[in-house]
Amino acid sequence: MHPAPSIVLFTVLTGLGLGQMAWLGLGLGPDEGLFRWLACALALALAGAGGLASTGHLGRRENAWRAFSQWRSSWLSREACLMVAAMAFFGLYAAIWCLGGVRLWGLGLAAAALALATIQATAMIYAQLKAVPRWSVTPTPALFLVTGLTGGLLANGAVSGLVGAGLAGAAVPGWWAALALAVAAGVAVWWQTSAAGAGRASQGSSVESATGLGFMGRVRSFEAPHTGSNYLLREMAFEVGRKRAFELRRLGAVLGYLAPLVLSLAALGLGGWLMVLALVAHVMGMLALRWLFFAEAEHVQALYYGKR
Amino acid sequence: MADGSEPKLDLSPRVSDEVRKTTCYMCACRCGIDVHLRAGPDGEMKIRHIEGNRDHPVNKGVLCAKGSAGIMQHYSPARLRKPLKRTGPRGSGEFEEIEWDEALEIATGWLEPIRRNDPKKLAFFTGRDQSQSLTSWWAQQYGTPNYAAHGGFCSVNMAAAGIYTLGGSFWEFGAPDWERTRLLMIFGVAEDHDSNPIKIGLGKLKGNGAKVIGVNPVRTGYNAIADEWVGITPGTDGLFILAMVHELLRTGQVDLDYLCRWTNAPWLVERDPGASFGLFVRDGDGKALVWDRATGQAQPFDRPGLKPALKGDFQAPGGGRARPVFELMARKYLEPEYSPDAVAGRCGIAAATIRRLAAELADVAFEQAIEIDQPWTDFRGERHQSFIGRPVSFHAMRGISAHSNGFQTCRALHILQLLLGAVECPGGFRFKPPYPKPVEAHPVPHGEVTADSPLNGPHLGFPRGPGDLALEKDGSPARIDKAFTWENPLSVHGLMQMVISNAAARDPYAIEVLFLYMANMAWNSSMNTAGVMEMLTAKDEDGEYRIPKIIYSDAYSSEMVAYADLVLPDTTYLERHDCISLLDRPICEADAVADAIRWPVVEPATQAEGRDVRGFQSVLIDLGARLRLPGFVDDAGKAKYRDYADYMVNHQRRPGVGPLAGWRGKDGEASGRGEPNPEQLERYIENGGFWRAELPEEARFFKPFNAAYQDWAVGMGFYDQPQPFVFQLYVEPMRRFQLAAEGHGERQPPDHLRAQIKAAFDPLAVWWEPFEQAALKKDGVDAQEYPLHAITQRPAAMYHSWGGQNAWLRQIHGRNPLYVHGSVMAAHGLKDGDWAYVISHHGRIKVPVARMDALNPHTVWTWNAIAKREGAWALDAKAPEVRKGFLLNHLIHELLPPRGDGLRWSNADPVTGQAAWFDLRVRIEKAEAGAELSEPRLGRQKSPVGQGPKDVTYGEGWG
Amino acid sequence: MTTLPETTGRKLGLVIDLDTCVGCHACAVSCKEWNTGGTGAPLADTDAYGADPSGAWLNRVHTYEVQPQNGPAQMVHFPKSCLHCEDAPCVTVCPTGASYKRVEDGIVLVNEDTCMGCGLCAWACPYGAREMDPVAGVMKKCTLCVDRIYNQNLPEEDRVPACVRACPTGARHFGDLGDPSSDISKLVAERGGYDLMPEQGTKPVNQYLPPRQRDAWASELGGCDSAPFNLADLAEPETADNAGGFLGWLDKALERIG
Ligand SMILES: Nc1nc2c(c(=O)[nH]1)N[C@H]1C(S)=C(S)[C@@H](COP(=O)(O)OP(=O)(O)OC[C@H]3O[C@@H](n4cnc5c(=O)[nH]c(N)nc54)[C@H](O)[C@@H]3O)O[C@H]1N2
Ligand SMILES: Nc1nc2c(c(=O)[nH]1)N[C@H]1C(S)=C(S)[C@@H](COP(=O)(O)OP(=O)(O)OC[C@H]3O[C@@H](n4cnc5c(=O)[nH]c(N)nc54)[C@H](O)[C@@H]3O)O[C@H]1N2
Ligand code: SF4
Ligand code: SF4
Ligand code: SF4
Ligand code: SF4
Ligand code: SF4
Ligand SMILES: [Mo]
Repeated sequence: MHPAPSIVLFTVLTGLGLGQMAWLGLGLGPDEGLFRWLACALALALAGAGGLASTGHLGRRENAWRAFSQWRSSWLSREACLMVAAMAFFGLYAAIWCLGGVRLWGLGLAAAALALATIQATAMIYAQLKAVPRWSVTPTPALFLVTGLTGGLLANGAVSGLVGAGLAGAAVPGWWAALALAVAAGVAVWWQTSAAGAGRASQGSSVESATGLGFMGRVRSFEAPHTGSNYLLREMAFEVGRKRAFELRRLGAVLGYLAPLVLSLAALGLGGWLMVLALVAHVMGMLALRWLFFAEAEHVQALYYGKR
Repeated sequence: MADGSEPKLDLSPRVSDEVRKTTCYMCACRCGIDVHLRAGPDGEMKIRHIEGNRDHPVNKGVLCAKGSAGIMQHYSPARLRKPLKRTGPRGSGEFEEIEWDEALEIATGWLEPIRRNDPKKLAFFTGRDQSQSLTSWWAQQYGTPNYAAHGGFCSVNMAAAGIYTLGGSFWEFGAPDWERTRLLMIFGVAEDHDSNPIKIGLGKLKGNGAKVIGVNPVRTGYNAIADEWVGITPGTDGLFILAMVHELLRTGQVDLDYLCRWTNAPWLVERDPGASFGLFVRDGDGKALVWDRATGQAQPFDRPGLKPALKGDFQAPGGGRARPVFELMARKYLEPEYSPDAVAGRCGIAAATIRRLAAELADVAFEQAIEIDQPWTDFRGERHQSFIGRPVSFHAMRGISAHSNGFQTCRALHILQLLLGAVECPGGFRFKPPYPKPVEAHPVPHGEVTADSPLNGPHLGFPRGPGDLALEKDGSPARIDKAFTWENPLSVHGLMQMVISNAAARDPYAIEVLFLYMANMAWNSSMNTAGVMEMLTAKDEDGEYRIPKIIYSDAYSSEMVAYADLVLPDTTYLERHDCISLLDRPICEADAVADAIRWPVVEPATQAEGRDVRGFQSVLIDLGARLRLPGFVDDAGKAKYRDYADYMVNHQRRPGVGPLAGWRGKDGEASGRGEPNPEQLERYIENGGFWRAELPEEARFFKPFNAAYQDWAVGMGFYDQPQPFVFQLYVEPMRRFQLAAEGHGERQPPDHLRAQIKAAFDPLAVWWEPFEQAALKKDGVDAQEYPLHAITQRPAAMYHSWGGQNAWLRQIHGRNPLYVHGSVMAAHGLKDGDWAYVISHHGRIKVPVARMDALNPHTVWTWNAIAKREGAWALDAKAPEVRKGFLLNHLIHELLPPRGDGLRWSNADPVTGQAAWFDLRVRIEKAEAGAELSEPRLGRQKSPVGQGPKDVTYGEGWG
Repeated sequence: MTTLPETTGRKLGLVIDLDTCVGCHACAVSCKEWNTGGTGAPLADTDAYGADPSGAWLNRVHTYEVQPQNGPAQMVHFPKSCLHCEDAPCVTVCPTGASYKRVEDGIVLVNEDTCMGCGLCAWACPYGAREMDPVAGVMKKCTLCVDRIYNQNLPEEDRVPACVRACPTGARHFGDLGDPSSDISKLVAERGGYDLMPEQGTKPVNQYLPPRQRDAWASELGGCDSAPFNLADLAEPETADNAGGFLGWLDKALERIG
């Protein structure tokens, strides 16, 4: 699948922001002036920016509002509704917290639940697509959830690290982050193993089933319908080299999990500001891995073109 | 919708404001189209949609990809806008736009003095147009012998072999009896001119459960859906066919009754050595004689009640010995050299397959014969109770035609058909009126020039013997293309492919003006394209072009436009009158005669800002009047025809016979013959743009011998008296050329051509090795240097070069790979998308390759005419056609590789001069990775029309 | 709105005969032509005369090469447009409700007025039957020519999809596949019409008719080319001496025809 930058950015950034909201809604993080402001603003900004990025690939932005209408059947519609609800609840929670200094745990819990549900809905957009077997594997929602939660934790950690110099002992404990990263890496490995096994053949799809000509013999695409390119090929027959994928995945793993893990642990001793580096590394790693999530996904329709 | 909230749809949106019915010209098939016009957002009538005319005899409602893309052709950015006068050097594409008056004055100024002094200094050649009856007549009135259309490089082998044998050819002159045939064997056809009819027909065969056998090195298109594919090695069809003939004769599977009655099988051939050895034995009236077993005497072949002998040695009335054609033929083809085992290796077809196929043909012809209860009378006056049908049919096109042995291969195929009794019968191959016509009904060539006067007769014709060649007194060629000379005596369509090289070489003489119409000679219709571009720009020491003046009419900014000095911009096919005439290539069906018109369904001036173009035929008529050509002006010297539309209605070729056959006579009641009807075009338009009249039931089969048909044909004006004839297994005019080569007769070939003529003009079909292959042989061994055959095919969705400007079609075919068999790919370490050099004796090109296994392993191929020159067709310089597309033409030379005899022989069929496009032999070499750029690169031409727009959103505003 | 109807009144669709299709692209171009000037945005083309021409098409014709166990490789032309699936995943994923399946006849459509051009439906379609218009930014797909098949402004016989009307070989058939007694259903039954990618669970309405057996000599006769027609049965006995044998037979044969 074509790894459109808008979608890669969207899924990573909103995941991060929503993850942050979940933790903040659950009451995590110091009840401190600057932290409150910064963390809440960051969470809303990330989620908002992600949301904006997602409209980047819309052909008709003026119709985007209609995406709220189909929550009964469409995961994308649900995602949109949940996202707005999550932001609204969290926004209210944040406002009361920042301005009034009160953390309404009921409101926070609701915001957290909505944030997690939004991540789940995003994940389901991909997980529901039978036509993309790599995505429709069991751990896809888990992958999105832990990624969001880990990112959110790191983001909160980074904020508290930044402001934490003056707030002794209030930083998000680095070992939490380390633990989350370890879990996230585990889920990523789980997902990766499932996805690797989910070629198009996993559902029985092949150029033979696509054309129904298998009964005659071995089928090979001879000529595409057009020598010119088309939307389908651009969108759904993205080809990424094996070697390149491997290298990018290694980079993603190191930046996304290993480096932040080391930095989080180091932060315990060397200071919370290291959490900022951990976050930056993690986000870069996630962008790489998310790019691969799309780029490596094969759509069954590309079988018609003899493409991956 | 589940919740009842589906949007309200307008299920009956307005389709159009008006439907105008005319004839498609996205190719030469000439389908009927319904052009739906609708007022655009600006109120101007625009084309909403084009669909097939359901009533039309050609396409019966269907439409091909090109036809449906007509909108994009009509609104193409490559359309020429105004007459152009060259300002830069030839080939540069630098022009200034001028007014029509100036353009016509320039043209008249060039043409007028030539006509007055030496009319042959004008060479007028036309391409893919359909107005040859006008253009040839114009050229004849002008007085130049140098006229022809493009048939010489197209399919003259097919045309000539058909006319000399059957009185008509495959091509568009006949068709399988799609309703009744049970087995169709189709040779070397990718698209053909009968593009839609063949597809409709194949669909019918599929519906009827009939079998289709495709004989073709490549298994695409029609061959892909064939029930059996015979992946023959190119150039060997003649051998394959004659091996089937061998089998049929060996096993007695021939239709003797048919052969006796309807062919010259029983005609007696002289066997006494001398000047008439091999000619027919004739009586005092010139009638060929047969040996009648009933009376034990030689009798004229057209007597009723004959029981002709098919073998035996007889005493001819004149004294000599004679044998029937059939015996000569049987003896010849029963020789072991024609046995399946002897040919299998060369054809790449197993001997067992050849035997089985022959058996299948015989089985269908004789065991599944059909009969139509319809009494009829033949030309001998004998009455028959029914039409007997052999439901086996054949079709063939350039795959067998475009080889140096194509004429005789086509002949062989016709012989096969005749042995099965499968021509003009129910279920077999049937002609479309006014065909078939015997050779005798056609003119002979004329080439006698008189200053300031018309030519002495029509340019093109069918020579009956050496006396009809177009030679000057000293034996030199009368024509610039050297048609009808000893090199290619039966070049019945002329040799357009030789015009530019001969003119540039001033061989046989110099010309002053080259006038071309609708032929992209600087690109895809020439062999050795780069060489031709040089010839077009070649200069003398004095700096003058060797071809001094070039006038060209095109509708679009093609490659050829850049090489003209004066460009006459034509309209698109939707903006002009055209005449699809019985005097030209017919659009009839076997059961009906038909002709059609085109008419301006939209006006050119309204189609683009500042556009001022004129239909070429009208321009030609205007030029004819300005030059005061006889027939184009009245006695007072005033123009006789206002324009082409006026000509179509009022011109009479013979009294009562004009370009259009429908609604003739003052009241419009007459068909075929009748006075001009001033309202004729209105009648055509009312009727959907065409006219059609069915044959009487009794006249529908066995037309050349069928009295009812002959009478009907005379009534229609095809000829002035019945012209029955029988099919010619043995072609006597060919024997006359052989006799000359053997030293008989006054007109003698030059010595270096004797052997070739003797071999090639066998009156019974023969096969010889394709010339290029033979010339490349080393010590009699096939040259390993060029192990592969290289051919092209027409893509169904593209018409030669002119589809490349089409925004829709170029998405389908924007570049062309060379298709190579998997085994050859492997041997060269090639994979899909790699680049390779393709090398022939003449040149080297660089191309992308792709694998194909449903292919004769000794063959590579590509789609024809996809490549474009940079700057042409209003395309971007980076267009894939320009950067990746390639022409095989660069590898093909109009001359053969030297044979070591000091002579350069032409790469053509020695009988007709047909260009041997498909004889090409090549080798391939893997090219280094690097710039993905095809070679050669031939520079750029400036576009006189700018470049096409970025996006196309046709139809905006109607939704 | 994006839920699928439980049942549809009829199941209109196409049947494509792969035995007859010659791959001429007529259906694809006539579809483009009809729909570019039809309801909704034109099917735009970008870089139409440039280096990378690309456009929206609702019907595209693929070509496959098939290598059987025995016999030479074969070629199959394969037109493909929306299959108007019964369980159309493209409909249920649509967030705006623009995609829907008509209750009346099962045609799957996009409402261009409400589509936001997110592309998710194209992702959901296993067949590659939806294309985004590059200029208008709305999703395009085969409409089964819903603006033709009921169109009172067209003569009755023309109320068929543009592609069906154009197809020169008659390889495309249109009708109600939900009615077992319709011509088209009978054709499917007779010829063994099949679903594309049944494993995707979309239950396509459009059906494909398989190519009939080709090169029978290779498969039926186990790869050997022994003649199924026995020439000796058809012909008169012949002698070893070919010419003499045939010409000897000739006399008798001529006698017979009188
Ligand atoms: N390698 C290879 N080369 C071949 C062949 C092959 O099989 N292989 N085939 C050969 C054969 S059979 C043929 S017939 C030739 C065909 O080759 P050409 O005769 O060159 O045919 P086209 O490319 O169709 O172009 C003819 C010209 O007509 C112009 N034209 C189009 N419409 C109109 C119109 O309405 N009015 C006017 N005045 N001009 C118009 C086009 O713009 C174009 O410049 O190619 C030959 N060349
Ligand atoms: N769509 C479309 N239709 C066209 C045209 C076009 O450009 N586009 N051009 C028109 C013109 S001008 C012409 S002349 C006709 C030509 O109509 P076709 O004769 O159909 O033209 P080609 O594409 O040259 O096809 C030649 C076929 O012969 C095969 N072949 C080559 N060598 C051999 C051989 O030795 N033996 C056998 N058995 N087969 C062989 C090739 O593989 C190819 O399939 O088409 C006309 N119709
Ligand atoms: S075959 Fe196609 S392009 Fe040719 S005349 Fe017919 S519809 Fe037009
Ligand atoms: S073919 Fe694709 S677009 Fe059409 S209904 Fe089925 S899933 Fe939807
Ligand atoms: S592109 Fe349009 S029709 Fe498709 S899912 Fe998005 S909104 Fe729905
Ligand atoms: S039914 Fe209409 S929209 Fe669908 S492929 Fe055919 S022509 Fe195109
Ligand atoms: S129009 Fe008919 S024959 Fe041509 S590609 Fe389409 S389905 Fe096949
Ligand atoms: Mo041609």
